[in-house]
Amino acid sequence: MNKLILTAASLALVASTAMAQDVVRMGTEGAYPPWNYLDDDGNIAGFERDLGDELCARAELTCEWVVNDWDSIIPNLVSGNYDTIIAGMSITPERAEVIAFTQEYTPPDPSAYIALTDDVDLAGGVVAAQTGTIQAAFVADQGWTLVEFATPEETISAVRSGEADAVLADKSYLEPIAAEDDGLVLLAREEQIGGGVGMGLRQSDDELRETFDAVIGEMKCDGSLNALIEKWDVASTFGDC
Amino acid sequence: MFEFCTDPASLEGLSWLACYLTTGKHMAFYASFGTVLLLLAVILPTSLLFGFAGASAARSRFWPLSILGKTYSAIVRGVPDIAFFLFFVIALDQAFEYVRHRALCPDWSEPVRQGNDFVVCTAAKLPLSTSPAWMHDAYAFFLAVLTFAIVYGAFAAQVLYGAMRAVPRAQIETAEAYGMSHAQAFWRILVPQMWIYALPGLGNLWMIMVKATPLLFLLGIQDIVYWARDLGGTKQARFTDYPHGDWRMYYFGALLVFYLTLTWVSEKVLDRLTRRLSHGQATAAGEAMRRAGA
Repeated sequence: MNKLILTAASLALVASTAMAQDVVRMGTEGAYPPWNYLDDDGNIAGFERDLGDELCARAELTCEWVVNDWDSIIPNLVSGNYDTIIAGMSITPERAEVIAFTQEYTPPDPSAYIALTDDVDLAGGVVAAQTGTIQAAFVADQGWTLVEFATPEETISAVRSGEADAVLADKSYLEPIAAEDDGLVLLAREEQIGGGVGMGLRQSDDELRETFDAVIGEMKCDGSLNALIEKWDVASTFGDC
Repeated sequence: MFEFCTDPASLEGLSWLACYLTTGKHMAFYASFGTVLLLLAVILPTSLLFGFAGASAARSRFWPLSILGKTYSAIVRGVPDIAFFLFFVIALDQAFEYVRHRALCPDWSEPVRQGNDFVVCTAAKLPLSTSPAWMHDAYAFFLAVLTFAIVYGAFAAQVLYGAMRAVPRAQIETAEAYGMSHAQAFWRILVPQMWIYALPGLGNLWMIMVKATPLLFLLGIQDIVYWARDLGGTKQARFTDYPHGDWRMYYFGALLVFYLTLTWVSEKVLDRLTRRLSHGQATAAGEAMRRAGA
């Protein structure tokens, strides 16, 4: 009898392990349109939602979406609260020391400035950026005055209220804002910083990284990735592979 | 929600507002008020329990217990809340998973710490990756309650410790003269009388707890501050059916009203409680009530 219970228990354990392997929890910020944001119903939407769902479908994984604050998005990944970061995160050497990245799913694109007028003095003024982004690191490296905010939204309001003179962020984030607000303009100057954007995974999770790497490569080659990039207007497209 | 909401672009004025305020996101916003109230309702008794245990331990004549009680309240009160909420929760979560990992996967040979990563076997995950989303939410809420209870329990411990010492010594001596044991005197004489001395401090603590609920947001729970920030942010027509400018002022204004109402109601309740507990007590207020009644 005891043996029977043990066998049943171990079977259940094996079954649950096998099942658990197939659920991949995808962590994103949900506050960075068009990359990822919450739609009117409160669901995660955007370029990365479409991309992530497609990647999971191709890799035959069941994926679940998790919203996590940008500030703690890396600590929660390494602690195992979700399995991937898919949140417009540029691949940088600093981040690669802590987490592993898949190959990039958008090419390296310039960052842009948004300001009230097109004649702002960046070096002498105050530049706003989101905390923990490549843009914040860039402004600090230049020796300019940097103000950091927890969300991208707050950086824009800082410019509107005059607290900062310009915001440095991904051009794809700033473009729709400048298009709909007459008071804000994109500066002609752009900065080429950071690598492309990739998915972040735990360094010990080689198998999952290879799975996603393979399907990203597949989507690059059959043109479906470029189609998604154009649909959401997030970046430039990839050349032939 | 309403039938006329199918084409938001054609709506104007009040009907636009009616549709806007009933989107799925707004419903989540309204529900999060319930989360905050639920959190308060749960952490009040749990932190009192932690506090009572801490205070009783600190008073204990068995010195290791007394040291334990005093250390708990001294250390936790000394650590900045924000540090506690940012790091303690991850540590607590890892501790639970580690214990489960040792119990459930004895054959696991790889180390739990691999470089930066914390890796436990899939069966030890809390909650399991396969669990539905509400289980993850419930677990996050449980961690929040535990953290709040530990932090505010330490303050409550100090308040209750002081209150226990404030009960006049003569009351205990009388109890002992009647032949009550130490435990009997504690439960029958000291505990019923200490609350009136503890109430001002506990009332204060409650107000601080109410104000601290937005820290939930740091714990990864989508609370009222999270939703107010998200909903109030500028929305472009490409990403929503209801584009608008920066409306965070209105949303945070609503939060202000909510918190002020909550603290106002708390004040009223605390006043009534003070009057009730003063009745028949050997305090100035209790004496005044006795005279007024006589």
